[in-house]
Amino acid sequence: MTDAPLVLGIETSCDETGVGIVHGTELLFDAIASSVDEHARFGGVVPEVASRAHLEAMVPTIERACREAGVALSDLDGISVTSGPGLAGALMVGVASAKALAVALGKPLYGVNHLASHVAVDIVEHGPLPEPTMAMLVSGGHSSLLLVPDVTHDIRSLGATIDDAAGEAFDKVARVLGLPFPGGPHIDRVASDGQITIDFPRGLSSRKDMERHRFDFSFSGLKTAVTRWVQSEQAAGREVPVADVAASFQEAVVDVLTRKAVLACTEYDVAALQVGGGVAANTRLRAMTQQRCDDAGILLRIPRPGLCTDNGAMVASLGAQMMIKGRPASDLSLPADSSLPVTDVQTGLPVHVDHDHAH
Amino acid sequence: MRILAMDTATSAITVAVHDGEAVLAARSTIDARRHTELLAPLILETLAAASTTADEVTHVAVGTGPGPFTGLRVGLVTAQTFAHARGISVHGVCSLDALAAAAAQQGHEGDLLVATDARRKEVYWARYRCAAGQSSALDEPTVTKPADLPDGVRTLPTAGRGAGLYPELLPHALAPGGVDLLDVDAGVLAGVAAAGITAGRKMPIEPLYLRRPDAVAAAPEPKSSLRPSPRQQQRDLRRAAEREARGGEATQ
Ligand SMILES: [Zn+2]
Repeated sequence: MTDAPLVLGIETSCDETGVGIVHGTELLFDAIASSVDEHARFGGVVPEVASRAHLEAMVPTIERACREAGVALSDLDGISVTSGPGLAGALMVGVASAKALAVALGKPLYGVNHLASHVAVDIVEHGPLPEPTMAMLVSGGHSSLLLVPDVTHDIRSLGATIDDAAGEAFDKVARVLGLPFPGGPHIDRVASDGQITIDFPRGLSSRKDMERHRFDFSFSGLKTAVTRWVQSEQAAGREVPVADVAASFQEAVVDVLTRKAVLACTEYDVAALQVGGGVAANTRLRAMTQQRCDDAGILLRIPRPGLCTDNGAMVASLGAQMMIKGRPASDLSLPADSSLPVTDVQTGLPVHVDHDHAH
Repeated sequence: MRILAMDTATSAITVAVHDGEAVLAARSTIDARRHTELLAPLILETLAAASTTADEVTHVAVGTGPGPFTGLRVGLVTAQTFAHARGISVHGVCSLDALAAAAAQQGHEGDLLVATDARRKEVYWARYRCAAGQSSALDEPTVTKPADLPDGVRTLPTAGRGAGLYPELLPHALAPGGVDLLDVDAGVLAGVAAAGITAGRKMPIEPLYLRRPDAVAAAPEPKSSLRPSPRQQQRDLRRAAEREARGGEATQ
């Protein structure tokens, strides 16, 4: 493919209906419809509510993305879609819609991995990904360290959380401190007025853990430590210094994340680190990662917050990379796979194509 | 007129191409779990069998259920997206109407019960009156336990999988001329749609879920001051949904 491919990407793995349109490495438009308000009364994302909302939003969101991007569907060179991991019923709406576009327009379809798409989105923000890149994905759903030699077909998982995702830890501690949901931005805001006065534990950082869980994360013990600390202050009749607790907690999370990410870059001799996911919006995470990357001579890339959370542009970006790199299109029989491993960057590959890397 | 028709509300994934007068080609696969995988390839196959290209299709018709939600949505979103991509109209047909139309076309005369599998020990059902190859609905479709159907309804000749699933309660499975009428046939559905399009009837595409989502997946009740965060609940719900997906229907 000589010209930059024009690709429409569909993302429906959770409660956001995302449709993005990318021209090669250029983002044309990213349309999002969220059903988050409908879930509020249930106190969490209800899969059936999310799936119904995806069906209602799907065609209008495709329409809006095309209109805003100034693109006719017939101009597209390819379609890409998140085929996993995520909520099964929600994924199916996006996958079926993408297939219908492929059939109606006679265009190739690329079924892609949601986590790989989080990595690929930075291409529309900061240009081609250095190969290899180290990627740290931190959100309410993921906490992963990924070695990415080639985002279109070779991603290796170095570590992940063994209990809570990083974003969940922020939510839970925010609740303990009486801060609203979602916890991330509120802890970030409150912590900026606080001092790091409490030495909370750094999960999986002991010598023994660094052997067995070198690049894994754990945030459950930290959450418990914060809760106990707050409760003992309350029991002693002292006022809880919310800003200091928030700052100290945030420091513990960010310290472990950035230390392990930079260590992974050093040990695997990778010169670039990319951070994605909703937690990538945290100002302390950004500052400390920048500092430690500068010290270690590592290039840091973090997309703007709107591209760190789930969206269709990231799926379109990965689809465009697949076309640029001449990867084969997916078969139209590709399934939605709710527990797709991150090592499966593309789904629905013709059976004769073998993965040329060890899983 | 060149109608592309599809239905995923019963155990069949079914596709047909119809020219307004007759079925040009129809294909069905019985698989109540793999709609996402199989529907699009089946559309390509059926279009090819009808020597029709995607850009020659003038209308899309789709079964709006009632049916198990996850599969039903695959048909609906496929039909809507295909129609949008081609810039043509999409028309909804109640899937039970298509089963009743098939019974009438097979020569059934008189009253008819259509009862399909609603999972969770219930059936989707409605009564129809068939005469001279035509059928007309006597009820709005409903979901209920088969034992809760009125006696006079339960004993009617029955199309759909309900009779096979609950033979004691729905004893009169209808199989005119040896043709079983278990699942929707998109060829018949296309004919119903063609008549509606010609008559200028409104045929909405809103899914007939007939069940509220909160009845199937209520969030866990928060307990202490350290109740699970929304994301924790979301993860729990996701795990529950995945467990269900492995064992059967994802969201029903
Ligand atoms: Zn994500």
